[in-house]
Amino acid sequence: MGTITLKQVRKAFGDAVIIPGADLEIREGEFIVFVGPSGCGKSTLLRLIAGLEDVTSGSISIDGKDVTEAPPSERGLAMVFQSYALYPHMSVRDNIAFPLKMHKVPQGEIDAAVSKAAAKLNLTDYLERKPRQLSGGQRQRVAIGRAIVREPTAFLFDEPLSNLDAALRVNMRVEIMQMHEDMKATMIYVTHDQVEAMTMADRIVVLNRGHIEQVGSPLELYNKPNSLFVAGFIGSPKMNFVEGNTIGVRPEHIALSDKKGDWQGTVKLAEHLGSDTFLHIDGGARGQLTVRASGESNFGPGTKLWMTPEKDRIHRFNKEGRAIR
Amino acid sequence: MARKQSTNKKIIVTILAWAIGLAMFFPIFWTAVAAFKTESDAYTLPQNWLSTPWTLENFGIVQDRSNYGLYIRNTIIIALLSTLLGLAFAIPAAWSMAFAPVQKPSIAWSGKRWLATIFGTAFIVGLVLYAMNWDLTNHAVIGFVALVIVTLPVTLWVFSRNTTDALLWMLSTKMMPPAGALIPIYLIFNRNGLVFKDWGWVDLTEWNLIDSFWGMVPLMMLLNLPIIIWMLYTYFKEIPGEILEASRMDGASVWNELTKVLMPMAVPGIVSTCLLNLILAWNEAFWTLNLTNKYAAPLSFMISEYSSPEGQFWAKLSAASLMAIVPILIVGWFSQRQLVRGLTFGAVK
Repeated sequence: MGTITLKQVRKAFGDAVIIPGADLEIREGEFIVFVGPSGCGKSTLLRLIAGLEDVTSGSISIDGKDVTEAPPSERGLAMVFQSYALYPHMSVRDNIAFPLKMHKVPQGEIDAAVSKAAAKLNLTDYLERKPRQLSGGQRQRVAIGRAIVREPTAFLFDEPLSNLDAALRVNMRVEIMQMHEDMKATMIYVTHDQVEAMTMADRIVVLNRGHIEQVGSPLELYNKPNSLFVAGFIGSPKMNFVEGNTIGVRPEHIALSDKKGDWQGTVKLAEHLGSDTFLHIDGGARGQLTVRASGESNFGPGTKLWMTPEKDRIHRFNKEGRAIR
Repeated sequence: MARKQSTNKKIIVTILAWAIGLAMFFPIFWTAVAAFKTESDAYTLPQNWLSTPWTLENFGIVQDRSNYGLYIRNTIIIALLSTLLGLAFAIPAAWSMAFAPVQKPSIAWSGKRWLATIFGTAFIVGLVLYAMNWDLTNHAVIGFVALVIVTLPVTLWVFSRNTTDALLWMLSTKMMPPAGALIPIYLIFNRNGLVFKDWGWVDLTEWNLIDSFWGMVPLMMLLNLPIIIWMLYTYFKEIPGEILEASRMDGASVWNELTKVLMPMAVPGIVSTCLLNLILAWNEAFWTLNLTNKYAAPLSFMISEYSSPEGQFWAKLSAASLMAIVPILIVGWFSQRQLVRGLTFGAVK
């Protein structure tokens, strides 16, 4: 349970084409992440799957059943919104119970399911409060509680962590991954943060201007990007592009030496993270390069040095920005 | 220096506000005072404002001459029912306009297309009539044809507008002088106005809406519907659409989305809309004076009874007016805050 298939899904608002035609097969129990810069259509794609937007053409099926024309309530999906979208006039208990009430579940079962979900999310003490009396993290939990309580076919997350502060975000990320591990349910997660995508996903879908650029596991995308766009989007710091964008090398795949090497450069700036040092190097004709040095690097600003890219880690691209292998 | 200037400004504005406020309140004050005077005292100019023998006889006379209980009952029925009926139409309308607005209509009709549509409709109707060999002397057929020729282009027009246009169009109907619509409405309400009474399948010989709640309640509802929809629309606009989308994901039907999520969240807006509409319906005088005279006549009709050909009975007129406005004045007093918010159409947060 929980396979979702998109066939030639197209979405246009009047003349503005948001998604020109997307094909995607989401497998059962998979944690899939839609990632891309803002305005790339990742949220729209999620809303099309949810049924909150109508597709212009193409078809969507869930577990083999065509749901292209079905309203959201008949798709059996649960969604967690960026703004949490809790019902402000209802207590936490009523918020979590709402989907079950709408599906006419008997009151006894509702109470049991709400207690179970609340216990799982540490919300038991807050059940009688209103959403406005909760912190951001707690609201997020209520939104997740409302989604898990009715055991949906699949979960949809629309940038759920972007309203939380950095520390909380890391905690919630781990909790959502743990939840996926426990429930083995299909989850679709939308984010613009490539770190979230890399750490959470079984497979990542990279979107650019409505096109699906590449689908693959995080390491596949990291090691074998199909295009210049994917290569630049996945990985942090960003991949270095030289020779008129035909050659790409990741910052961690360049060896440094003060004696000899392939490319010469001058250190402009060193960012010390403790575990790593990011050196921003002026590579002359090759432009600005970023190199990741392990641990504490001795190369300070102004130092002249030599760089050698690892031969088998070089990515080559053609004029159209496609990878050459 | 700047501070002093702004204080001076404040004083001037305050004085001006009080002056305007008092000027607006003065007629009401005069009415209230005159209601407790004898007829001759009320008529005297210059007025002895506060030094007359006070009397309650006017209220007694008004109660004797006209049945206050009946009028206030009618007013309450018309105001309350028209408000409830209006909400029943306006809540779904405002909901769809606020959360699923039409940006660009799927059909764009304009200029030549319009002419073609209207003439085309008339032509096709005529063709059908000819083909079916219909007898045009049958009045019901003429009525039906007229209905098609009017409704079809109107329907197309409505569906080819975006939401903003539709909202402005609704509001524009409030700008038409009601006197212009009085005669057509009178004719529709009156059985003598209906040219074709016996349509065969429905007999309207007994049709009469004048002086009935069946006529007054829908009329009052339609009069205020644009304002109710506008007010609710602006209130609904402030509610995040994601919450309604969440309810859809949670499996709520349209009915549940409206009654369990949207309406509880919009309670303040709905309450102030109700209050404003009650007051508007309560104070309405043009239509009630022209279309009622006995059974469904509200308080405005009672007041008008005291301005008679024999002359103006100021004291009695004032007493009747006071009796008419006091209930709604009390309601208004206790709901000032909601009303102010309502009157600004939700524009000020």
